[in-house]
Amino acid sequence: MNTLMDVLRYMINDWENILTITGEHLYMSLSGVVLAAIAGVPTAVLMTRNQKLAVSVQAVVNMIQTIPNLALLLIVMIFFGLGYTTAIIALICYSLLPIIQNTYTGLQNVDPHLIEAGKGMGMTPMQLLVKVKIPLALPVMMAGFRVATVICIGVATIATFVGAGGLGQLIFRGILSTDDVKILAGSIPAACLAVGVDFLLKWVEKRSGFYLHKVRNE
Amino acid sequence: MIRFHNVSKTINQVQVIKGLDLQIREGELFVLIGPSGCGKTTTMKMINRLVEPSSGTIEINGEDISKKDPVQLRRNIGYVIQQIALFPHMTIGQNVSIVPKLKNVPSQECERRVDELLDLVGLDPKKFKDRYPSELSGGQQQRVGVIRAMAADPPIILMDEPFSALDPITREQLQDEFVRLQKAIKKTIVFVTHDMDEALKIADRICLMKDGSIVQIDKPAQLLQNPAGEFVIEFIGPKRLQKHLREYNTSQPPGEIGPLQTGTSKSGGVR
Repeated sequence: MNTLMDVLRYMINDWENILTITGEHLYMSLSGVVLAAIAGVPTAVLMTRNQKLAVSVQAVVNMIQTIPNLALLLIVMIFFGLGYTTAIIALICYSLLPIIQNTYTGLQNVDPHLIEAGKGMGMTPMQLLVKVKIPLALPVMMAGFRVATVICIGVATIATFVGAGGLGQLIFRGILSTDDVKILAGSIPAACLAVGVDFLLKWVEKRSGFYLHKVRNE
Repeated sequence: MIRFHNVSKTINQVQVIKGLDLQIREGELFVLIGPSGCGKTTTMKMINRLVEPSSGTIEINGEDISKKDPVQLRRNIGYVIQQIALFPHMTIGQNVSIVPKLKNVPSQECERRVDELLDLVGLDPKKFKDRYPSELSGGQQQRVGVIRAMAADPPIILMDEPFSALDPITREQLQDEFVRLQKAIKKTIVFVTHDMDEALKIADRICLMKDGSIVQIDKPAQLLQNPAGEFVIEFIGPKRLQKHLREYNTSQPPGEIGPLQTGTSKSGGVR
């Protein structure tokens, strides 16, 4: 109980710094997810048109996911040096699997009859994608973005090892000086961030599938 | 007019359509019927190029459709499928106006058209236009499916077993409405079904298919009076044949109909 009070006191005293590093943390995580989405969604669309590509891309992203966090950070660091760039590239790598996998699955699972109806009505492949497939795959895609964001917020805590900021700074300073207060002052905001973003995106996810929950029979 | 010239289709080395020659007249309700796997749906889908023939040509009003852009072709052919396939993320109004919007019809005009069509099938536009498909019953959904195909006023409409997923009462209702509707709009309709009662009820002409070939093309009354061979009789069903013949030959007392015969066109090449 005492520790908790200390943590609270620490956070109140040092709120400016904690706010800054929370901002950095969020910036890194979201950059990773957004950039991964920009790369991943078109890749997934191409995968639905090319079976061979689908198999190889899946193998690669699965492999990336199995590389331990720290190892991946260091591998990227060899090429990009210290700093945010390295951290964000590593976060992109971790976001790719959920984003690509969910977008691909979502697009593959669109009811083939709906696709046939759209095609039969004279939609071009692009119109079919934008007006039918993506809106219908959106709830599944959103679940992928959500998982990716939560993973990123977690992994971003160790970005401090490659010279990027974030809440990891505080946590590792606490670990080095065996200071429970600092560790908690860093990890509590990180946990809140993960839970909060998860909650927010879950809401968006539900909204994107609004028609699934709307049944009003008279 | 739609004309098939010696059209064949081979899928995985199996010839599913065998040298089809067929003419569908303008403004007629043409029913393709036959047992599962007889090629009736494939035949229909070749008209809007969802399936490409392996050989032979299909002409619409004298123009070879293989030389046309499939997207433009399809926008001028209505399409209704058994699974209804209304887009669940679009309202009824948006669903109905898809093809007009694809053809860049101004949105005011689209709105007007949606209201008009919903009225035509007895769905109050004010009440239904902004609802989602999941809020409608099966029968209401398929009514929307049918008017969606008519929205851009295409001269040809293709329908693939549109009523077979509905319960019997709703199906009857929709068939009656549909017959009424066709009398008013006079489109060229190609209608695929496996239900003989439905075919006899709605068709101007019926084309009975088996194993990728045509067994008989005739008006419903002709089909009943002169079935071309055993297969036709078997497919119509002797009971149904008796019943309908009685209805068509009201001038004759039922007792005088006599035993069923294979009719004049025995050379129809069955079995």
